[in-house]
Amino acid sequence: MSFLLIAEQVLNGLQFGVMLFLMAAGLTLIFGVMGLINLAHGSLYMVGAFAAAAVAGATGSFLLALIAALAAAALAGAIVEMVVIRRLYAAPHLDQVLATFALILIFSEGTRFVFGSFPLFLDIPDALSGPVTLPGGIEYPLYRLSLIGAGLAVAAGLWFLTARTRIGIQIRAGENDREMIAALGVDISKLYTLVFALGAGLAGLAGALVGAIQSVQVGMGEPVLILAFVVIVIGGIGSIKGAFIGALLVGLTDTLGGVFLPELFKLFMAPDTATQTGSALASMAIYILMSLVLIWRPSGLFGVRL
Amino acid sequence: MKKLLLATASAALMASAAMAEVKVGMITTLSGGGAGLGIDVRDGFMLAIEQSGRDDIEVVIEDDQRKPDIAVQLADKMIQSEKVDVLTGIIWSNLAMAVVPASVAQGKFYLSPNAGPSALAGKGCHENYFNVAWQNDNLHEAAGAYANTAGYKNSFILAPNYPAGKDALTGYKRFFGGDLAGEVYTKLGQTDYAAEIAQIRASGADSVFFFLPGGMGISFLKQYADSGVDLPVVGPAFSFDQGILQAVGDAALGVVNTSQWNKDIDNPTNAAFVESFSAKYGRLPSLYASQGFDTANLLISAVDKADVSDADAFRAALEAAEFDSTRGAFKFGPNHHPVQTIYAREVIKEGEVYTNKILGPALEDHADAYAGACKM
Repeated sequence: MSFLLIAEQVLNGLQFGVMLFLMAAGLTLIFGVMGLINLAHGSLYMVGAFAAAAVAGATGSFLLALIAALAAAALAGAIVEMVVIRRLYAAPHLDQVLATFALILIFSEGTRFVFGSFPLFLDIPDALSGPVTLPGGIEYPLYRLSLIGAGLAVAAGLWFLTARTRIGIQIRAGENDREMIAALGVDISKLYTLVFALGAGLAGLAGALVGAIQSVQVGMGEPVLILAFVVIVIGGIGSIKGAFIGALLVGLTDTLGGVFLPELFKLFMAPDTATQTGSALASMAIYILMSLVLIWRPSGLFGVRL
Repeated sequence: MKKLLLATASAALMASAAMAEVKVGMITTLSGGGAGLGIDVRDGFMLAIEQSGRDDIEVVIEDDQRKPDIAVQLADKMIQSEKVDVLTGIIWSNLAMAVVPASVAQGKFYLSPNAGPSALAGKGCHENYFNVAWQNDNLHEAAGAYANTAGYKNSFILAPNYPAGKDALTGYKRFFGGDLAGEVYTKLGQTDYAAEIAQIRASGADSVFFFLPGGMGISFLKQYADSGVDLPVVGPAFSFDQGILQAVGDAALGVVNTSQWNKDIDNPTNAAFVESFSAKYGRLPSLYASQGFDTANLLISAVDKADVSDADAFRAALEAAEFDSTRGAFKFGPNHHPVQTIYAREVIKEGEVYTNKILGPALEDHADAYAGACKM
């Protein structure tokens, strides 16, 4: 177990964490501001990836593909909010879950209808491909390093938006007391559409960024969605800061647990059983982390409301 | 003249009415993850039925959505209300395990175009169950055999943590003679392999074997190509199949994979199959399409010889397997699984299309490891 391996795995965990943050930020904003459980958030991630793959295929430009992903997912989010979600704010959570689950099916089969059943091709741009050597001799893919940078930049941008701008003040006010800010003359339905589109756009961006190193296919969003829910529960529902810390915790736990737990078990078990026990335990690691956080802080690390 | 034509036509009609109709129930995955496989099996199967020009074989097709409970419901419906004689189509081993034993126990025939779990090849074999594709371990065993001939001494092997993943690594190890630099089980459905690739880098291996079907394999190959690790990779055909290769792109070029079929296997049936499939569906056929096509032709050969209501005669006709396979000569072993040559093939680019070419046989006339345990 060398230093190089550990350093590379920490970078992997960070990269996974910041991408989870892009998903979790939208989810937590939407839940915090509108009180809505949006299961279809993973579908918006998929929409972003497909839009990016289609545009990259047609134009060959990765930058245009990213813009298309952001725009397509934000647009899809805005339309969904105006057509479906708007009717659900007053409804109980179970109705919201049911309706947004229906949206998952509609998005998945709709995407299959347009793009077919076979995975699409989206590759990383030439300028960012291949490994680079970091100080200390760590060889690491440049694209993953760029993902960490992009994720941190978006996190900083979101912090600036919520903490320093007028719209951010409205969003935070909306989280605390939505009747009151409506009474103060803020157009609440426009604000909701905007927040939903923002969250959707971030999910779409994550889908496109990650789609370039993974596979662009129908149903790609759902596994990430589950992790994003774990992240916002750990971080505290409605908190962007919580989503950031939670995403990094989940990313690091998942990555490092998957590698080091089997190694740990090998110290006192046969390699075969150690691998299997370690892998099994590693896939539970983030849920164990979530339980521990919830025992310690029932409303999450930075949650305010119960 | 007109009268004569009419008479011939009605005579033909009467003849076909007198012939026993065979009703086939196809349960396969047409929506959700992995639908590409089911669609290819269906298209290959229906192409063979269409080319035979027969009207005495009726096929009912249903989508199992890759869910065992739905597959079971569909099988019950097909057996009880549709009264099918033969079932086929299932892609996934867990669905096959839910459907096949109950169906064959009710006297139906089951022809598997894909799933070949070990449980149905050994002790759990059945006289009415035929697998036209393979026993699940076959391609992995061939990959192990290829690794020996390629001179690899120290492999890093990985597969998802589920029954087929464990079978895959067992199959590879059964034939690979070298050491293992590492053996890793990943999460099923995992899409990020950065952690595993870092382990491969640190392991000192001289080769990598992986079994990661579907999107998992696409993710792994793209990330592996970008990581700067340049050890040779071997794997079963699943991640290098025609449907998936275009999504992997350059990352797959040059990778050696094992398969019992490829589009350049040189026989007239295969050439005609590749040409007619491409013409009809506008894409190159995959492994799965060839399996669907062979399954249908096996069925047609049996219908020609025997009436399906005479189960013993129909079974004997299936066992004889006298049809022209896309793989060339085709024969069943004692447990009704194919005894066949498995090839090593290499991913190449033909114009703009990624595809495979055969390097040579990895295992010849290979039977599965479970046949001995089968008592029919």
